[in-house]
Amino acid sequence: MSYKTLLFMPGNNPGMLQSSDILGADGIIIDLEDAVALTEKDAARILVCEYLNTFEPQSDIFIRVNPLDTPFFYKDLEAIKNLNITGIVLPKVSVESMEALDKYLTENNLDFKVIGLVETALGLEMAMDILSRSKKVIGVLLGAEDLTLDLGAKRTKESEEIAYARSRIIAVSKALQIEAIDTPWTDTDDYEGLRKDALNAKELGMTGKALISPRHVDIVNKVFAPSEEEIKHALRVVEGVKAANEKGLGAFSLDGKMVDAPIIKRALNLLKMSGDYKEEYDGLLK
Amino acid sequence: MDYLNNIDLDSIKIIDKSEYPTKGIKKDKVTNDIDNLFKELNIHDGAVVSFHHHLRNGDSVTNLIMKHIQKLGIKDITLVASSLFPTNKELIPLLKDGTIKNIVTSYISGELGEAISQGELKGYIIMQSHGGRARSILNGEIEIDVAFIASPSSDNKGNISGVNGINSCGTLGYAIADSMMAKKVVAVTDSLVEYPNYPADITEDYVDHILLVDSIGLKSGIVSGTTMITKDPIGLKIAKDTLKVMEASGLLKDGFSFQSGAGGISLAVTSFLREYMIENNLKGSFASGGITGYLTDMLEEGLFDALFDVQCFDLQAIESLKKNPNHLRMSASQYGNPEVSTVVDNLDIVILGATEIDTNFNVNVTTGSHGMLMGGSGGHQDTAAGSKLSIIVSKLFSSRIPLIKDRVDVITTPGSTVDVLVTERGICVNPLRQDLIEKFKEAKLNVVDINELKAYSEKIMGVAKPIEKTERVIGFSEYRDGRIIDYIYEVKR
Amino acid sequence: MHETKITKMAKAGSVESNDILVMISPGEGKIDLEIESVVYNQYGDDIRKTILDTLQEEGVTDAKVIVKDKGALDFTIRARVKACVKRGSEQDEL
Repeated sequence: MSYKTLLFMPGNNPGMLQSSDILGADGIIIDLEDAVALTEKDAARILVCEYLNTFEPQSDIFIRVNPLDTPFFYKDLEAIKNLNITGIVLPKVSVESMEALDKYLTENNLDFKVIGLVETALGLEMAMDILSRSKKVIGVLLGAEDLTLDLGAKRTKESEEIAYARSRIIAVSKALQIEAIDTPWTDTDDYEGLRKDALNAKELGMTGKALISPRHVDIVNKVFAPSEEEIKHALRVVEGVKAANEKGLGAFSLDGKMVDAPIIKRALNLLKMSGDYKEEYDGLLK
Repeated sequence: MDYLNNIDLDSIKIIDKSEYPTKGIKKDKVTNDIDNLFKELNIHDGAVVSFHHHLRNGDSVTNLIMKHIQKLGIKDITLVASSLFPTNKELIPLLKDGTIKNIVTSYISGELGEAISQGELKGYIIMQSHGGRARSILNGEIEIDVAFIASPSSDNKGNISGVNGINSCGTLGYAIADSMMAKKVVAVTDSLVEYPNYPADITEDYVDHILLVDSIGLKSGIVSGTTMITKDPIGLKIAKDTLKVMEASGLLKDGFSFQSGAGGISLAVTSFLREYMIENNLKGSFASGGITGYLTDMLEEGLFDALFDVQCFDLQAIESLKKNPNHLRMSASQYGNPEVSTVVDNLDIVILGATEIDTNFNVNVTTGSHGMLMGGSGGHQDTAAGSKLSIIVSKLFSSRIPLIKDRVDVITTPGSTVDVLVTERGICVNPLRQDLIEKFKEAKLNVVDINELKAYSEKIMGVAKPIEKTERVIGFSEYRDGRIIDYIYEVKR
Repeated sequence: MHETKITKMAKAGSVESNDILVMISPGEGKIDLEIESVVYNQYGDDIRKTILDTLQEEGVTDAKVIVKDKGALDFTIRARVKACVKRGSEQDEL
């Protein structure tokens, strides 16, 4: 599963929590960090537990815990360790925090996935190292608001100030074979700006985008969804590989172009994203 | 023509020269003396007086006239008002002292409705649809003694226009039947303009008196600025799914017709429909009902050929009515009178709300969650019956107020005319519409049985305790054809 | 079974739609519960039961509790009561 859209939901808002799973996002990130006031951390933790113990959400649920350097990190983990969730979003990743989280999850025998949130200059420069510290990491999320603050850069809609960070994150994600999730678009009413921003991120190599507004879900899903044509082409590639394998051919051409491993890999990734992937494709890429 | 068939020449008298008419100056219709006017109107105990609601919560004419009737000591009035609003809470004392005995209306909100639900009315309240109201007036079932017509502008002969004057409200569709059938018609205005006042919604030949008053209302309560589309993500999700339902029904093709209300979700459907029409190069025939700026924009963009307007909801709609010849005035009778040919019978799709719906798809928009009068059919019954596809849009979970029940508190619109319910947790199709169920499943819509959705909602919210009512019937929910579809009971205090 | 003593005034939740504001203070020997709710007619009894059950689970037998409900579902009522008890008590396992 690849997350085209990961929607942040404030952890202390019952009205939003109880409807979070019908908004069309591939995954939900319930937020215990920035969206919850310091004085409400305890109440939010309890609310999230009660919610997840009552409902069976139809989306994959991640929880963003508070960072390691706050008094809430372990309290959050203690509270959520028995919940039926997909994983944890770890904010302000560092070597220490990733190791601490991995240690906690391992000691408690927890099968949670981890998405690392890169939002400091140090985190960005050390991303490869940090994200390699846990086998549970399935994705990296760029947090541009805090990062630009750390960089002393002005945050703009054009996002040229994060071009380097985006590319670096993407390179790391591809190297580690994890998902690259882009930073949220913060202007809730500027849909055209959002569409351009998401398209830009996709073309750089991001596999999905985090969101802070439910009204952004459809647009971003659409941007990151493969087009009909792309799906058709990918299916032809895969069928070609199957046929070639059966005939014992090592390589073959499609529309006059050689089909080699990168093309096959791209096709398989695309089918995974579109939901057209079948188990029988598992062995195709040797 | 009996007159011509049985002519008796001997009985015919030719006018004598001495009796030839003079070029008469007709009597002055205008007065600002309400006492004198009432002497002339001679309203008696038990009379039937009518009002329209185009000034909505900004109206001050209904209160003004009814209080004058109270002052004169006239009792047992039947008040026929096309709708009543929170501002009409001033009429509560008139229920208690017997000035008002019965009420006939299509919509009621605010404290007046609560007072009636608590048994303050001596007689009965009849809740009609807009089309049903026009029918009952035009066919003589309801005989109006005096119609008081709040008039944004009138000339001295009684040409009434809704688009001129400081308190302009647009079309006067709900007042047309009253003006045609009432024994006496009084235009009540604060804006006397030069003759001829045009375009006239009601013409001078129907108007007997013109009462000049300081103010007919408060502009701020009459029309809203721009009605905003909901930003609530759940409402938007419902609106998006509603568009999918419309598409899957196969009715969205060139020449289709459409109506939706001015509620947040309904407006969002209209807005998504606009995007869909542009994207798919689709052109509709007409949109109808209460008109908002969203629809006038679509008219100007050429997405619809015409608008049928029974009520302008915002300033933009009034402006459009003034200048766009394709923006058509529609009377309540042309809108939905079941005894004649009407616009609703040509309607493909209507989007409607619901306070409650039951597992037989009966809808209540007459009473609120506390069982008190808080709404009414308006055009709900008419459009559900006339349209090819009637879609109810509502949230399943809205602050723990239950939507789906075994039996609604009051049936406004019978389930036999309701086709689809769209909620954030699934789409329910009336079993009478097997054709739709198949189409929706093919389109991979999230179709769920309404009983299952009810069970799910009760699992989450619990089973609501039924609203406590007394045995006393305080009124009737009337179907548009005049038959009674349900009782309305007094609530327990 | 543990017993939880309410030692100070505390509150949790809010009066936003779908939420409930719970206020707790030391009692006079029993549970004293006051409910104000926008859906009292429909769900008053359910709300009372949910609150009392949660208090019992948390070991609270002596407290004054006032709630203002804006249509909260059960999970929210339970969460807010638990948070409020935690804030208003020093828990002693017995």
